[in-house]
Amino acid sequence: MNLKKTTKGKDKPKERKAAPTKTTVRAGDAALETGADADGVYRLRLYVAGQTPKSLAAFSNLKKLCEEYLAGRYKIEVIDLVENPQLAAGDQILALPTLVRKLPSPLKRIIGNLSDKEKFLVGMDLKPQP
Amino acid sequence: MAKTAHLKLEKLAKAPSGITGLDDVTFGGFPRGRPTLICGGPGCGKSLMGLEFLCRGALQYGEPGVLMTFEETVDDIRKNIASLGFDVDELVRKKLLAIDYVKVDRQEIDENGEYDLEGLFIRLNYAMTQINAKRVMLDTVESLFSGLDNQAVLRAEVRRLFYWLKEKGMTTVITGERGEGNLTRQGLEEYVSDCVILLDHRVYNQTSTRRLRVVKYRGTTHGTNEYPFLIDEDGIAVLPITSASLSHKTSNERVSTGIERLDAMLGGKGFYRGSSVLVTGTAGTGKSTLAAHFAAATCKAGERCLYFAFEESESQIVRNMGTISLDLSGYIKSGQLKFFTARPSLHGLEMHLALMHKRIEEFKPATVVVDPISNFASTAEERDVHMMLIRLVDYLKNKQITSVFTNLTSGAQAKEITDMGISSVMDTWLLLRDIEINGERNRGLYVLKGRGIQHSNQIREFVITPKGLDLRDVYVGAEGVLTGTARLAQEARERGALVVREQETRRKQIELDRKQDALNAKIAAMQAEFEAERERVLRDIQIDQTREKVLDEDRQAMGKKRGEDKSSRSSGKGKR
Repeated sequence: MNLKKTTKGKDKPKERKAAPTKTTVRAGDAALETGADADGVYRLRLYVAGQTPKSLAAFSNLKKLCEEYLAGRYKIEVIDLVENPQLAAGDQILALPTLVRKLPSPLKRIIGNLSDKEKFLVGMDLKPQP
Repeated sequence: MAKTAHLKLEKLAKAPSGITGLDDVTFGGFPRGRPTLICGGPGCGKSLMGLEFLCRGALQYGEPGVLMTFEETVDDIRKNIASLGFDVDELVRKKLLAIDYVKVDRQEIDENGEYDLEGLFIRLNYAMTQINAKRVMLDTVESLFSGLDNQAVLRAEVRRLFYWLKEKGMTTVITGERGEGNLTRQGLEEYVSDCVILLDHRVYNQTSTRRLRVVKYRGTTHGTNEYPFLIDEDGIAVLPITSASLSHKTSNERVSTGIERLDAMLGGKGFYRGSSVLVTGTAGTGKSTLAAHFAAATCKAGERCLYFAFEESESQIVRNMGTISLDLSGYIKSGQLKFFTARPSLHGLEMHLALMHKRIEEFKPATVVVDPISNFASTAEERDVHMMLIRLVDYLKNKQITSVFTNLTSGAQAKEITDMGISSVMDTWLLLRDIEINGERNRGLYVLKGRGIQHSNQIREFVITPKGLDLRDVYVGAEGVLTGTARLAQEARERGALVVREQETRRKQIELDRKQDALNAKIAAMQAEFEAERERVLRDIQIDQTREKVLDEDRQAMGKKRGEDKSSRSSGKGKR
């Protein structure tokens, strides 16, 4: 599985923004920080520490869930804190892996390998609280 | 030799905290490269202690530190540290301090599946490498437990964190909130096995006292008592004041009491330097006045005096002493005399003691006045006051500071029993008492005890005049001790008697003179008579001689006429 600074999103035909976006993972990516959420795109950041089993599981779970429920309207940025430890404080990361939903607001943090689909959907406001 | 070197290696390395007194209690500081747990209830000062440990480590010992705070934001921390007199921004700029605020908000965090706290490790490690840290403080790691659900993971991770910090050689301070039946709510003491310090903030009789105790310090000796500590603008000061030894040096030097006559009563020289003096008396007997004279005498001798007043304000004392010609303001201006005034109820006893220590350390006085100690009894148990005073006296003796304590005794009490039973720790005991005779109340002073001093055992009348203090002899007669007007009357009587005696003497002298004169006159008369007699007799003798001469001449003339020979005449003359 590829966990190398990749961000994938699938475009929906309806979406104004064209092609599948590819964001590079850089500190304070302007697109992620300031991008308008009028387009309903989920901008997600996944913080991991190296390619640990938990990291890999989190990434694959996230991708699967996004494909299933947010196809074409999500952007994932993966940040490896082993390489960029200075980025941890900015998003108040303490547990790993952590998924941060930058947009739509409010900001959400989900920690763990995202193995619980229902919890994920509730956490992402894709499903009402049970 | 080799063995001792080996032993030295074995000895636990310690990182000095730089906190006043704490390094004495722990015999050198916190265990170097290991975690130390500081626990206590809310507001006990554990965070402040950790912060001071970091700041002093950075500034005094060149050991940069990382603060990972879970509760307070960087801004809060800045203010907290500023209250200790440190400038956070400067420390951060100089790379002596790194602060990372870890926000643990349950509302914002959803847990979903497996996780660990590697993020925390990464952040801490990042901060540590940025400033090459030697010290770390985690304040309060327990916040994690309330912010996250998976306790099993948390426990494992916290344990791992402590191991990891140890591995990194960080001298770490971890704060923990005190829990029910446990030192900390989450049982952090299980993980931190090297050194545990417990802070306490106790309120007794509406006054609070902070205390510190080293619960555990593996591999080293440490003070085991509870030590009071205080937090002020200079940070934390722990006071290891339970002196158990009686090994203070003694001095043969004497210091004046400020009252000449009292010096005379005390073997002519006053108190011993470094001795403790107790002045007891009922209300209004002049205890404070005596103490103020002592303070002034200290300043006059060019030394410094620290005056702890627990009943009167500084200005009041200065004014009152001014009325008896004792000017203290000059000494205050010159910095020789310093007042510290507070109501005893302001702090707990320990706190008072701690503050007094601190002020004595700062001011370095030669003499100390505590006026009065009896007020403490109103705020605490007698036994505690007793203990406190013993500690204070021991401390002062160690410092060779002469101390005067005044103590108010109530009239009903036996005079030789002090409220706190502290007379045994005092070297010299002056007793001021009122003497009621003839419808008036006067003051008497005597030296009840004076260790090593050949002191007077007489009562003196203690007179407070507008010109100052004076001690007068009292009259002891059939009616007892005479003081005040009775003494004055007695003095007048004595003066009268003296005059009479003097007149009598003068009269006798005159009579004697007159007798002498009479005698002299008599002698002169007899002399004159004698002279006259002598004159007469001498004249008679002369007449006789003249007559003889004339007869002789007549005979010679007759002989010539008869023609007798010369020789026969002359021989005849010789034969006759």
